[in-house]
Amino acid sequence: MLESVKKLIRYYEEVLEMPHRTEVARELRDEDDLFLLLLYSEMIGIPNPVYYYTLELYPHIIEDFHDWHLRMGMEKSPLTGIRCC
Amino acid sequence: MNAILVAIAGIAVFALGYRYYSKFVAERIFRLDPNYVTPAHKYNDGVDFVPTNKFVLWGHHFSSVAGAAPILGPAIAVYWGWGPAFLWVILGTVLAAGVHDFGTLALSVRNKGQSIGTIAEKFIGKRGKILFLFIILTLLLMVNAVFAWVIANLFISYPASVIPVFIQIPLAILIGYSAYKRNMKMLIPSLIALAIMYGAAILAAEVPVLQIDLVQYMGGEDGAGIFGLGAVSSAFFIWIMILLIYVYFASTLPVWKLLQPRDFINSHQLSVGLLILYAGLLFTNPEITAPITNPDADVSWLPLLFITIACGAISGFHGLVSSGTSSKQLDKETDARFVGYFGAVGEGILALISIIAVVTLFNSTADFNAAYGSFADASAGGLNNFVEGAALLAGGLGIAPHIATTIVAIIVVSFAATSLDTSVRLMRYIVSEIGVEYNINALTNKHVATTITVGASAALVLLPEGPQGFGSGGYLIWPLFGTSNQLLAGISLLLISIWLKKRGINYAVTLIPMIFLMFMTLYAMFTQVFLEWSWFGNDSNTLLFVLGSIIFVFAVWIIVTAIQALSGKFDDELKKHDEQ
Repeated sequence: MLESVKKLIRYYEEVLEMPHRTEVARELRDEDDLFLLLLYSEMIGIPNPVYYYTLELYPHIIEDFHDWHLRMGMEKSPLTGIRCC
Repeated sequence: MNAILVAIAGIAVFALGYRYYSKFVAERIFRLDPNYVTPAHKYNDGVDFVPTNKFVLWGHHFSSVAGAAPILGPAIAVYWGWGPAFLWVILGTVLAAGVHDFGTLALSVRNKGQSIGTIAEKFIGKRGKILFLFIILTLLLMVNAVFAWVIANLFISYPASVIPVFIQIPLAILIGYSAYKRNMKMLIPSLIALAIMYGAAILAAEVPVLQIDLVQYMGGEDGAGIFGLGAVSSAFFIWIMILLIYVYFASTLPVWKLLQPRDFINSHQLSVGLLILYAGLLFTNPEITAPITNPDADVSWLPLLFITIACGAISGFHGLVSSGTSSKQLDKETDARFVGYFGAVGEGILALISIIAVVTLFNSTADFNAAYGSFADASAGGLNNFVEGAALLAGGLGIAPHIATTIVAIIVVSFAATSLDTSVRLMRYIVSEIGVEYNINALTNKHVATTITVGASAALVLLPEGPQGFGSGGYLIWPLFGTSNQLLAGISLLLISIWLKKRGINYAVTLIPMIFLMFMTLYAMFTQVFLEWSWFGNDSNTLLFVLGSIIFVFAVWIIVTAIQALSGKFDDELKKHDEQ
């Protein structure tokens, strides 16, 4: 009995959390996109004074970058300098 | 007639409809494939495209489509007696709404999870998209006007509901902030928020000082108001202005700050409301005092009944939810039956209890006839009757009547406010989209778009002289709201029919409801727009005439397009798209 009540509450919570989880994920993704733009700004012609330092971050975000260009409808990496796929 | 029997009969038809008819549609017509890779799996991005358990998805789908409209429509439509309203809700849900909601979901799943608007462009070309955009625009404009008036009306009728409703705003912001910034769970805080709201409701119902009664402040109903208006009209004006200013801010803030946590609290209210009403029905075991039909109606039920009850019988808005979010989260294609069809059944259950609450409210048939003397009376008083009737059902659970009315009023206001928020936000997006389409840069600015949206809504609600005096323009256009909603459903059913035709499947299942809807819509529009609102009509009104004419032209346009599409005119276009 207690177990099924718990299950019901979990279900209820999941239903209500769903749209919120989506929205939070979207906000975070937008922030990440902005961060990505800052890192790669040099490659699209916007001068970046800390370019050499941000270079170090490339290996860590290469996967995110891959997801990003897929999401933007580009099957292959749009930047010749980055060959994620 | 015993109300429990009516409820059981209704639910039994829903159950049979789900068990047999939706199964038939799923297997023989839509031919769902459990192995089809749905967009949720194909494009899984952790944000929009996420495979979701069908029960969870149903819960979300249902809470997105359920609002104040399935309550308001039936509460007005019982004017023609409870029989027609009951039959239309039951049969409409089983034969039209279920197929429509289910169909839009299946159609979208087979089209990369795209929304109905995009699919319209694909199937019928640019014309389809523009048609679609404008109908949604008018629909949203009407939602704004109708719900602004509805909320103002409830605030004036139930002044105890004001403080609890406004308390919800800071509570929601607080919850949104702690969930987003501190990653806290929302369930417990939102339940506490709900308890605070209902606590405030009980307090306000008991202590008159806490009731914000603007009419009373201005010296009662006969008192002088502002700008030379009477006290009641002034109260409407003030509330509508406050609401419009509020939605301006609510719709320009990020979704997670206010809209989402408010929705979260309101979802509890939906569960609480449904539970209280159906449990109350069992405990009070009321008799239906309303007549089964009304032979003395001053306005014919044909075709207006089918327009008055839109949500709860069939509603085009559901297609937007089905194809907008739910289709992107469907785990298996076969789940579409449960999520879409059963989602419509949920809405039908809400409309059913709304009918029951109103038709059991009065002590005798004479009392009912007095309250529902004319269609104008029904339109203006319908929602208040629902609040009173629902409170009476809640009374079966031992809740004092004045507290129950306050809480039911809060629930209805919350639903209406969510619809208002969402629709202002959506309308602002569409205004911006039109700006992009026609290169009008100013429209793409968030604040310019919102100002236009709110300004147009204010004009629509305040300018036309409604049956209940100043500010009730919203009620006058309720039939127009129903019409554009049905038109939207008509387009969606057309798109599903084209899709089925393309696959070589018999599409009578979607074509028949579409023809029915289109016929009723055109019929209603014609009598309303040309015989009532035009210059030579009984009730001449230029603004409504122009607005109605635009929708009428849309309707004719859709029918022409439908005939062309089904006779194969757009097949080349479709092929081109498929090749791409």
